[in-house]
Amino acid sequence: MKLLYFAWLRAKIGVAEEEVALPSEVRDVAGLIEWLQARGPGYREALAKPEAIRVAVNYDYVGRGHPLADGDEVALFPPVTGG
Amino acid sequence: MIRVQREDFDVGAELEALSRGNHRIGGVASFVGLVRDMGGGAQVTALNLEHYPAMTEKKLAEIELEACRRWPLDATLIIHRYGRLQPGERIVLVATASPHREAALEACHFLIDWLKTKAPFWKSEETPAGEGWVAARAEDDAAEKRWD
Repeated sequence: MKLLYFAWLRAKIGVAEEEVALPSEVRDVAGLIEWLQARGPGYREALAKPEAIRVAVNYDYVGRGHPLADGDEVALFPPVTGG
Repeated sequence: MIRVQREDFDVGAELEALSRGNHRIGGVASFVGLVRDMGGGAQVTALNLEHYPAMTEKKLAEIELEACRRWPLDATLIIHRYGRLQPGERIVLVATASPHREAALEACHFLIDWLKTKAPFWKSEETPAGEGWVAARAEDDAAEKRWD
């Protein structure tokens, strides 16, 4: 699965994107966030307030219960500030 | 039409092109967003705009489609810039063309409100004290809700 991070999430995690193989028990967005939080201090800090994070799967906003599949492109980012 | 680009744009030329050759159009409404030199009380020397290109294209196309579903529009245009911008520079242009002014004005307002809360762009501001990410504003969420 391809993961992308934007804005201060990218800055805290230290990479813009990465390819990961999720363990089988991680089935949805909530599970992914929990799994990422345990990956290291940068991830823990970036995801310390998960309610402040927006998630998109294959370019659409999704909720925490959205199921994940192997070929998905998942992006995590703060609320948007364009315009 | 949607364009996401680093370069500046010519507002007059864009608005003229929007209605060119279509004499059904009775009004063109537009909104131009600019880089301010103050942010959260600090002097802003430059603004850095990043985005998520594949999702930006998709969300802007959806927003444009939704405007065309709600109002009788003959043409719409969204241009959004990314990269490093100086105070006073243009960031975004939204324009709508319709036989009547109400549809053009309302749809233009709708487009910029929806764009602000749905299109995946992020701003960081350079100030004399350093660079910091711009926080999302509750007012923008409230502005989007008025179109529910």
